[in-house]
Amino acid sequence: MSRLTLVFAIAIVLSACGRDAGPAHVPSAQVAAGDPAYAETLRTRLLDAKPGDVIEVPAGRYSFDRSLSLRVDGVTIRGAGPDKSVLSFKGQKAGAEGLLVNASNFTLENIAIEDSKGDGLKVNEGEHITIRNVRVEWTGGPSTKNGAYGLYPVKTRNVLIENSVAIGASDAGIYVGQSRDVIVRNSRAEFNVAGIEIENTVNADVYDNVATNNTGGILVFNMPALSQQGGAIRVFKNKVFKNNTANFGAKGTPVASVPAGSGVVVNSNDDVEIFDNDISDNATTNIIISSVYSTGYKDEQANKDFDPYPERISVYGNRLSGGGDAPDGLDLKALKVASYGLTGSLPDVLWDGYRNPKPAKPGDPNLCLRDVSGVLNADGPGGYKNPSKDMAAYNCTLPKLPAIDLKRG
Amino acid sequence: MTGSRLRICLGLLLLSALAACDRAPAPVRFHAQGQPELLSDWGVLRVADHRLRLNDGVVPYELNTPLFTDYAHKLRTVWMPRGVSARYTADGAFEFPVGTVVSKTFYYPRVAGEAADSEVVARSDSAEGEFRDGALDLDRVRLIETRLLVRRQEGWIALPYVWNAEQTEAKLMRGGELVALSLQDADGKRESATYQVPDQNQCGGCHGTDIKSKALQPIGLKARHLNRDFDYVGGRAHQFVHWQQLGYLQGAPTPAAAPRAAHWRDSARASLDERARAYLDINCGHCHSPKGPGNTSGLWLDAATVEPLRLGRCKLPIAAGKGTGDRRHDIVPGDPDASILVYRMDSDDPSAMMPEVGRSVVHREGVALIRDWIAAQQGDCG
Repeated sequence: MSRLTLVFAIAIVLSACGRDAGPAHVPSAQVAAGDPAYAETLRTRLLDAKPGDVIEVPAGRYSFDRSLSLRVDGVTIRGAGPDKSVLSFKGQKAGAEGLLVNASNFTLENIAIEDSKGDGLKVNEGEHITIRNVRVEWTGGPSTKNGAYGLYPVKTRNVLIENSVAIGASDAGIYVGQSRDVIVRNSRAEFNVAGIEIENTVNADVYDNVATNNTGGILVFNMPALSQQGGAIRVFKNKVFKNNTANFGAKGTPVASVPAGSGVVVNSNDDVEIFDNDISDNATTNIIISSVYSTGYKDEQANKDFDPYPERISVYGNRLSGGGDAPDGLDLKALKVASYGLTGSLPDVLWDGYRNPKPAKPGDPNLCLRDVSGVLNADGPGGYKNPSKDMAAYNCTLPKLPAIDLKRG
Repeated sequence: MTGSRLRICLGLLLLSALAACDRAPAPVRFHAQGQPELLSDWGVLRVADHRLRLNDGVVPYELNTPLFTDYAHKLRTVWMPRGVSARYTADGAFEFPVGTVVSKTFYYPRVAGEAADSEVVARSDSAEGEFRDGALDLDRVRLIETRLLVRRQEGWIALPYVWNAEQTEAKLMRGGELVALSLQDADGKRESATYQVPDQNQCGGCHGTDIKSKALQPIGLKARHLNRDFDYVGGRAHQFVHWQQLGYLQGAPTPAAAPRAAHWRDSARASLDERARAYLDINCGHCHSPKGPGNTSGLWLDAATVEPLRLGRCKLPIAAGKGTGDRRHDIVPGDPDASILVYRMDSDDPSAMMPEVGRSVVHREGVALIRDWIAAQQGDCG
């Protein structure tokens, strides 16, 4: 190859990389500064809050150099709209969150939280949490320097997140952890490492959301050594497309192991139903089913009752297209070339192949797949030496999971 | 007695009454309700003759290993109403009676030539405070804030008071404050610090040691932290013994029979493991415990935890975000540079550092201790 052709080749590769990176992030809202005195008023109102209080945040941008926090049950914080009332934490000097809540019967609505040093909104422990029409954004676009989580209820119960937007989180835009009875709907996650992540959570419905331009679109994860193992998650009627943003998560975080171009990822969960979604053009593959083993975990890192194997995962009735053509990382690229040739693509479903040798209910299938272009069992347990495209084992049907009823009347 | 003589006598009587007031200040006043605007409204501390003194019945105390707060020195006190006392418990905070007022005054030794309100203060990690002969010499220290923890009928409440530039009074700052400081070490090197006075809710971030109940609890007032001697004005004595003599404590065993946290720097009397665990317990264990706000991480650093994985050994991070520092495990035995625990303690970035509040600079000596502890651990994470 002459020097000239080499230069051309590099130029083509570079421009291809540029295309792969996807569209650039454009900040959402320009909001004029509000009355600066209101920032302190809000802080005091959070301190003085009584159950039943509705704290109205007027239109405007309010700056904070420290976190805000709320510890009183039954409080609503309501702005004039996610593009009108903005709590800005640009220049934050202290505190690990924008707003930290330790309370039940909490509602945050019609408001934005921007540029917090750490998490945007963290709700730690509480029941009956409502997050509605909220925007959390890091306005500079994807960056490892951004805070980890946008909307982050953890150890909560009866959680509704709707009509909300999360942009630019260096871990997950909408992240529900160690919770129970959860609905995430009509929301949008963009330019995060993980768009929407449901982790160690029992009973969740994730539907009518849009996840695009993330590294991974919708993640259903279980991590070892936590208070509870999640399961019974339904992911349906979502649009999960072009989640091809390069992974900008800090190494060592679980999401750092998610390849760019992942649509829906299920990791070590049982009882997950993925149906009626539009999933397309996710460059690694549209659906990944995996165990913690393929993300580098060892048995001794888990508590002994942790079940690392994904079981009873049901995929059917989705509209799947594109994707799989440019998997992230040398291993996956090599796997693609070895199995499908230079110009081929990974099929709609990629499974790492770790199967429970002792399933709780003998005979339970680990994966039931319908309406997919194919599946590649990557043979993780065999050192990825004998990947298999055989579909026969996945022709099964699982009972449907019940809908989540938050009983809110 | 003529009228004029009567008037003079009355006048004298008044004068002597006032003089008596001057000799014996008003006692500590427990406010069962409300949020007094001034620290002096409580009468726990008083400023006189360039000295900060304790009121009658206000008892100073120290912890074996204290919590780190930007190299601030701390004067801790406890006061209880007459006729009531705290009940000893072996593990948790003592059970204090309604009316108890705990105070913690944060201050820095001054650098020679610097005014009381100068940003430049001494960075010293000395175990010894400047509290001597029952007083702080205000010509030698810069007072920052005094936090009160008050036991009311409905539970503990926390009130942060910030001192004025003249060091004569501290005012309630429920919303907290940032105080710009420049910490100067013995060699004259300076490091800027943004000292954070917590807002009242943030007090709960540490003192809400049971996140479900949300009730505030004292952190340092536990047997293992208090099990030590103190140099009282009347002489050195064990804190339990002294408190019992005052009627402040009931049910305590002999000091030898009570749990005792190590002094984190006392390598002569405590092993590296004991010192590191004591340091992690007081600095991290109130959140990182089975019931604390940090229980979401699965990392428990309180004194009671023994399981290596729970203590971080080869444990993978949860929701640590960029707090991982690109490292994979909380503790990698023998390899502090690969351990997330060290990274987060060694960071001053609010989104990565631990603890999340309470410091803005790195506690170098504390990090060194934890590094040594991890370096001494055997094995690997595979």
